[in-house]
Amino acid sequence: MTTAPAKAGWRFRQPSVIPGFGLTLGFSLAYLTLIILIPLSGLIWRSAALGWADFWAIATDRRTINALEISFGTAFIAAMVNVVFGTIVAWVLVRYSFPGRRIVDAMVDLPFALPTAVAGIALTTLYAPNGWLGSLLAPLGIKVAYTPLGIVIALIFIGLPFVVRTVQPIMEEIDKEVEEVAATLGANRFQTIARVLLPGLAPAIVTGFALAFARGVGEYGSVIFIAGNLPYKSEIAPLLIVIRLEEYNYAAATAIAAIMLALSFVMLLVINLVQTWSRKRYG
Amino acid sequence: MEVRVANVRKEFERFPALHDVSLDIKSGELIALLGPSGSGKTTLLRLIAGLERPTKGKIFFGEEDASQKSIQERNVGFVFQHYALFRHMTVADNIGFGLKVRHGPSRPSAQEIRRRASELLDLVQLSGLEKRYPAQLSGGQRQRVALARAMAIEPAVLLLDEPFGALDAQVRRELRRWLREIHDATGHTTVFVTHDQEEALELADRVVVMSQGSIEQIGTADEIYDTPNSPFVYGFIGESSALPVKVEDGQVWIADRPIGLPAPHAPRGEATLFFRPHDVDLVDECNGCIAGTVAASRRVAGTRRVELEIGGERQRIEIELPVDHPAAQKSRVAFRPRRWKLFPAA
Repeated sequence: MTTAPAKAGWRFRQPSVIPGFGLTLGFSLAYLTLIILIPLSGLIWRSAALGWADFWAIATDRRTINALEISFGTAFIAAMVNVVFGTIVAWVLVRYSFPGRRIVDAMVDLPFALPTAVAGIALTTLYAPNGWLGSLLAPLGIKVAYTPLGIVIALIFIGLPFVVRTVQPIMEEIDKEVEEVAATLGANRFQTIARVLLPGLAPAIVTGFALAFARGVGEYGSVIFIAGNLPYKSEIAPLLIVIRLEEYNYAAATAIAAIMLALSFVMLLVINLVQTWSRKRYG
Repeated sequence: MEVRVANVRKEFERFPALHDVSLDIKSGELIALLGPSGSGKTTLLRLIAGLERPTKGKIFFGEEDASQKSIQERNVGFVFQHYALFRHMTVADNIGFGLKVRHGPSRPSAQEIRRRASELLDLVQLSGLEKRYPAQLSGGQRQRVALARAMAIEPAVLLLDEPFGALDAQVRRELRRWLREIHDATGHTTVFVTHDQEEALELADRVVVMSQGSIEQIGTADEIYDTPNSPFVYGFIGESSALPVKVEDGQVWIADRPIGLPAPHAPRGEATLFFRPHDVDLVDECNGCIAGTVAASRRVAGTRRVELEIGGERQRIEIELPVDHPAAQKSRVAFRPRRWKLFPAA
């Protein structure tokens, strides 16, 4: 038997002897096309009908830019906060056993299940100037509801399970011996966490961040209740799209959507590349 | 550094893992803790390291009471069976870790740490692999890195928990010899845990045989093998055969016949006779010997192992014969152990 000489350039990874490569690849492509690709290209198609000059006018409109800034900015801050708190929550759930641990564990998933509007209304009630928490914060001059800060809080609520659920399984796999070795080598607890544990968790944390961030950018239901929706101040891009739709201004709606799509795609792609790089390195 | 374990007891949630264990380790000694799983050998090692706290008793490093010190202060080098390398660090960073986490003036400069790491890599014969990640190394190489990392902090004592347990037989033998060389070169007081008696007997200055949370015997390989002091050690170390016997009139009896072994000092009554299968003399005429029917005969490497059924109760024992010995073809074989030991029946 002779083997074919290796061709230069890229080629398919050698499929395994287990059959089904053609079938599964075909299915994946068909599925992705139907569910994701066709609707998204429809979006771009509609916005392309607008013409470059009009598109540019909408894209550089102060209101659009502010809405995009608010959407991406609050989602970014919320995802960062979630990275810190989500990791701590995962740590507590993995490392300690305490009465009610299972209940807390189940509670983490609630933001997944709860209708987002319910979350938004509940948070607004709490943080409104006359609400439980809002009335405590008001004398300090902190306004939460009807400001970008409120948006951040809603997005923290929505994004928390993404970080916890991606970090938790990896944390469970941490070898106790690695920590013990670090201790025998003289590392104190803080050094062990900072230099040994967190770098090992980094890929999972980045994934959790990406998911929470992506979810935050697209979030609509909970935010519109707490945001106050003041144009230029606390109006998020998804809401602006809905407003344009209600004005029957489909072109403007799709244009904003296309911009969001492009920005999100670039950011997720970068995050993915970072992960591939780190996975290659640490195996 | 001398290590002294004084009357240490360890319980895990009321379940005793070690009962009142005492052990003196001389400076520069290479000690093996040998025993079946569940014998408490790993617990003892972890107690010395400070990874566990004794329920009772103390552990001294030199004159100092180490039981009051934290793990970090004890300055021990610990090597795990599964290496426990830091996956996200290069080999050099792994080795330098213990120096990098130091505070203040005791922390060497980055340059000095690098120099030290490559020096240790030379010692463990992995020069040039500084930039590799653990995932890119073989099992044997990873264990060498783990050892270099433990030695980087100039430990008071080096503790190895089944260091070769995860490696295949050939690498294991190679690393065994290599560990001995490193020990002779560096002179660290070293304690290692193993369940492989060949490893323990070949490598260690002294072997500590443990069973069910207690030390059964401490001694050199010769002492442990030639003069086992308990039925457990006799049975656990090397091959052995055991027969229930009776002591009467200063003689050892099987059923109603004396077997030609004088035992003037043994207490009268039921006892168990232990001997090594290869340490027997075949006799032609049985007057005062052990005689049995050949039940099976197997060729094992350079010898033939013959299974015999003895007496009315058909007790099975094994003896070893030279491959070409005619006795293996016979249906009855009579022999007398050359060296043997009696333990009173429990």
